[in-house]
Amino acid sequence: MPHRIEIKSKIPDARAEVRKKDIKDMGISGINTVNIVDVYTTGKDFNDEELSSISSMFTQQVVYKAAVDSYLAPDKFDWAVEIGFLPGVKDNAGDTAQESIETLLKTPNNSQQAYSSQVTYLSGNLSRANAETIANNLANGLIESIHIKSYDEFMQDKGMGITVPTVKLDTLPKADIVDIINTSDAELEIIGKQGIVNEDGSRRGPLALRPSYMKAIQSYFIEKGRNPFDIELESIAQTWSEHCKHTIFADPIDELEEGLFNAYIRKATQEIRKKKGTKDFCVSVFTDNAGIIKFDENYNIVFKAETHNSPSALDPFGGAITGIVGVNRDIIGGGKGAKPIINISGPFCNGNPEEEIILYKGKNKTQKMLSSKRLLEGIIDGVQVGGNCSGIPTSHFRLIFDEKYRGKPLVYVGTGGIMPAEINNKPSHLKKAEPGDYIVMVGGKVGKDGIHGATFSSEGMDEGSPVTAVQIGDPITQKKECDMLMEARDLDLYSSITDNGAGGLSCSAAEMAKESGGCEVQLDNVPLKYPGLAPWETLISESQERMTLAVPKHKWQQFSELATRRKVEATIIGEFTDSGKCIVNYNNQTIMDIDMHFLHDGLPKEQLTTIYTQHFHKEPNIPSLDDLTETFHSMLSRHNIASHEFISNQYDHEVQGGSVLKPLQGKGKVCSSATITKPLLNSNKGVVISQGINPSYSDIDTYHMAACAIDTAIRNAVTAGADLEQLAILDNFCWCSSDEPERLGQLKAAARACYDYATAYGTPFISGKDSMFNDFKGYDKDGNPIKISIPPTLLITAIGIIDDIRKSVSLDTQKAGDLVYVLGDTLDFESSGSEYYAMHGEKESKEKPIGNNVPTVDAENNFKLYSAYSTCVKKGLIASAQSVEIGGLAIALAKTAMGGNLGMDISLETISGTINYDDLTLFSETQGRILATVSPENKEGFEKSMQGNSFSQIGIMKEDTSFNIKGLYNQSIINTTIDSMLESYKSTFRGY
Amino acid sequence: MATPKAIILKEHGTNCELESKYAFEKAGGKADIIHMEDLIRNKSKLFDYQILMFPGGFSYGDDIGSGMAWANRIRNNLRDELQRFTEDDHLVLGVCNGFQVMANLGLLPALNSHQNQQVALTYNDSARYIDTWIDLKVDSYTPWLKDISRLSLPIAHVEGKFYADNKTLMRLNEKGMIALRYFEGEIFDYHNGKEPSNPNGSLENIAGITDETGRILGMMPHPERAIEFTQLPHWRSLGRKYKELDIKSPNIGPSLKIFQNGVDYFE
Repeated sequence: MPHRIEIKSKIPDARAEVRKKDIKDMGISGINTVNIVDVYTTGKDFNDEELSSISSMFTQQVVYKAAVDSYLAPDKFDWAVEIGFLPGVKDNAGDTAQESIETLLKTPNNSQQAYSSQVTYLSGNLSRANAETIANNLANGLIESIHIKSYDEFMQDKGMGITVPTVKLDTLPKADIVDIINTSDAELEIIGKQGIVNEDGSRRGPLALRPSYMKAIQSYFIEKGRNPFDIELESIAQTWSEHCKHTIFADPIDELEEGLFNAYIRKATQEIRKKKGTKDFCVSVFTDNAGIIKFDENYNIVFKAETHNSPSALDPFGGAITGIVGVNRDIIGGGKGAKPIINISGPFCNGNPEEEIILYKGKNKTQKMLSSKRLLEGIIDGVQVGGNCSGIPTSHFRLIFDEKYRGKPLVYVGTGGIMPAEINNKPSHLKKAEPGDYIVMVGGKVGKDGIHGATFSSEGMDEGSPVTAVQIGDPITQKKECDMLMEARDLDLYSSITDNGAGGLSCSAAEMAKESGGCEVQLDNVPLKYPGLAPWETLISESQERMTLAVPKHKWQQFSELATRRKVEATIIGEFTDSGKCIVNYNNQTIMDIDMHFLHDGLPKEQLTTIYTQHFHKEPNIPSLDDLTETFHSMLSRHNIASHEFISNQYDHEVQGGSVLKPLQGKGKVCSSATITKPLLNSNKGVVISQGINPSYSDIDTYHMAACAIDTAIRNAVTAGADLEQLAILDNFCWCSSDEPERLGQLKAAARACYDYATAYGTPFISGKDSMFNDFKGYDKDGNPIKISIPPTLLITAIGIIDDIRKSVSLDTQKAGDLVYVLGDTLDFESSGSEYYAMHGEKESKEKPIGNNVPTVDAENNFKLYSAYSTCVKKGLIASAQSVEIGGLAIALAKTAMGGNLGMDISLETISGTINYDDLTLFSETQGRILATVSPENKEGFEKSMQGNSFSQIGIMKEDTSFNIKGLYNQSIINTTIDSMLESYKSTFRGY
Repeated sequence: MATPKAIILKEHGTNCELESKYAFEKAGGKADIIHMEDLIRNKSKLFDYQILMFPGGFSYGDDIGSGMAWANRIRNNLRDELQRFTEDDHLVLGVCNGFQVMANLGLLPALNSHQNQQVALTYNDSARYIDTWIDLKVDSYTPWLKDISRLSLPIAHVEGKFYADNKTLMRLNEKGMIALRYFEGEIFDYHNGKEPSNPNGSLENIAGITDETGRILGMMPHPERAIEFTQLPHWRSLGRKYKELDIKSPNIGPSLKIFQNGVDYFE
């Protein structure tokens, strides 16, 4: 008989209070009180004594009480809402509960799964519809089940009842043969688009194989004289996917036969490395899960930035946590394996959270999209749990809002790791699976997680729910695994490693098989979460936390013992070979037998063609104002500029003890544009991380958009103290409609800028990732079809080294009397696409007037200026510095002043550049500028070092907190105080 | 005398072991990180050490309540050894998740020598994870905090609100077991009084307590994260002040002293 243990707080429950506020925020004012009860359900029968000790184990008796097989409802309530996981969904608390029961009763590995759920008791003037709204807001129907009972129903049933969400499958797992040899081109195309046909006529979900790919596969199997098994088609689809092969960057495009990646990205890095000669700090680029650069004589840094967009649009929490935990695995599997030391969160690109734009994925107003606010909150929460529970310091950078992200939010996450340059006298970045090595799957079991559209049925109320396509990462399982793998790495227990991400085993094993020359997988050996998975599902499942390793046979015993001791699942699932084939056996039958050569290089190239059209955009009407104080405050409180400290406050950015420059800086806790981390506690060398992203320029010019992103990332890193000579960059292209020549034209322009500016600055690309189809195709609030494409978005992440972190520069000014300088020219005629234009433009028409002149980047000039600035940093001449970014000079001045809680007297009269208007001088986003404060005693040294560059002293820090700016003609244009600036800067997201 | 040795326990999900080891060793001690599983297999190893530390992190993901699953594992495997270890003249330190485990085990405060749950670290008033710097004042004697009257450290937790019933609070006060309280100090002033001094809402501003001997200290703030000067949130602004006073900036952070006290106790 199953049992249910309920646990309730004996003291006022902070979670319940917060939930009540959330419910009010949903617009349900009738709510009076909220009570929360945590529930553990177990399918195994226990005796009373056992149940009593289990329940006391779950209950911190000072603050909680427990009830076994009865309920802990408040005396009075109107509705009870229970939320649990759907069958087959990863239930971390349930897993820990189960393990704890095993420890307690000393019955390892033989008790049944335990499950967690939570009941929220609601009282107030609430209708059933209210209760349903609340439930739908608290739960995500994709992964969670909802039970609602009224008070009367609850009393009649004597509680919520006991539900054990076990998975029951009714399909017989076998490999099917798919006829493609005798199939028409039309049918081939349908298989490629919609998937293999099931027995009942339904399709299994997209293979995303183009017609030309299907034809290539057909020819291959005609030559082999047989039809493929389903698993072969599914595997090829995974390996050839845009996600894995990056075909848009690889295929010939216009005159570039070698494709965009080779022609622009790789070529830039090759040329830069060659030019750097002995100063080349790249160790491994583009070949591995992540890029690897030199840190010092003994250590290397491994870095990767990722996006996890589509899953986050469905389940923001699950998508975001899987994103960050997934990119951590790229580091754990980078080279022989690195220890993650830095997590980067953001930018998160979303629709405006204050503006409710209703969208549906399905016809007839079905499958309503989560609101922008809910998406944002879920994403933040997912990264919070992923980063914090992994014990990796997490810094958040930007929030970007644009209605074009409403249908498809972007979630960028990144990870940096460190590893000794040599492990056991071998370079740590090299790895090679040898023929005869075991293929070992580590970290977890395989379920139906992350398989396209798979559904299955079982019995009962909840049990009938489809198994979800969304994976949820478990950072604790992965932390265990990571710690164990670092031990195994240092003991030299494996010869190669990679992570299981997209495509699961089909990609990881096949990818590593390239090292040895082949592989043979025994699919029956793969441990499953529940029986009944079809072989193809087992191979391509994206169940999380798994790594694939090559373990030499004679080291298996030691490896296996270590894994057992660390409670990490490790299973031999086959052997690497040199047969030139990728073979999968199942149930005494070979169900996959494909030549490695075909699997990896058999996809035909397709010629891509592009068009580039320069569109004309209206210019916004900007009122001419004598006093810009109010404008300045409005700019400070813009969603794209305002403080998002509520995020950084929730992220542990100090674990591991390496934090030097934090995501929030100064007295005013101002959001910084770069962070510095000390990876080795006994060394003063540091790692600088920063970003550049300017999607608001894309509609005008993607070439300059990309140039600005690169310049901004580099400038932000240099401003904090990074050494220009030891600075690398990463590209993350998030594009839209990449099958349209126009969009490809925009892409080509951006990629060309990547080559031009990376080489101009000498900053090599070391790794990248793309996501090419960020388009929402669904229905608007009236049920009319709508397509929303994101603006072409390129995130550039810069990672640099600072030789002495004690020389690093924070954004907060420190002392009255310090001089304020702008380095670099200000150009007020290139304000198009700026936040200032957006603020004015959005008041106008639907067709946003964004202008036509975005900032351009003069790399040669900027390089010289950044170098001179770096010299000042090394000499310790800079008191504080803030890169001039979104919102322009005015925002940089505000951040500096709020950081130091000191006022400023500024005059634009002396500012260098091409300027005619006060407002545009303040808010233009001209690149290449740094705002610095310098103590008077360093004035001479500073100005001498900056000689030959454009810079101007524009003001001075004050004793008090009044903040005054005079215009181009020395007239007063802004008069305010630090306190009111902080209010504008911080009020936007207060309450988030 | 031989260098004092600290054992830092590692459990699934803990994540502050390395910087804790660094702190003990910088303080002149020797520290080993020992996995729970390895200690359970060789329990007598505990007695190779004079100092025991429960570090912070997310043991078992805080899944069945913070520090509950780890406490359960200790209770079921190491209860007697822990009892013997604490009866001897040894020191024990628990930080954050480590403090939660000690409270759940009844290792703290152990009033009247009863090792049952007498205090709790429960959800912050905001019910959210908070990472921020706070000020602490030392309120009672423990060898760990010898010659320290106040210091600033970071907190990083979602369940850090100290809670106990009135009777227990009274006894803790009477017996001088409240080692650390949040207060309005240097960091509070740095932020112009705009950041809360007790962000989790702990009763009586309690941030750390000891047992009756003072040898066992549990605290929510992270001393191992304030070992270096550059770990401070305002180190650049402080550095400028030192420079103007013509004083060399310190190389160390405020809580290295805690680890030195621990090591010195045995020297």
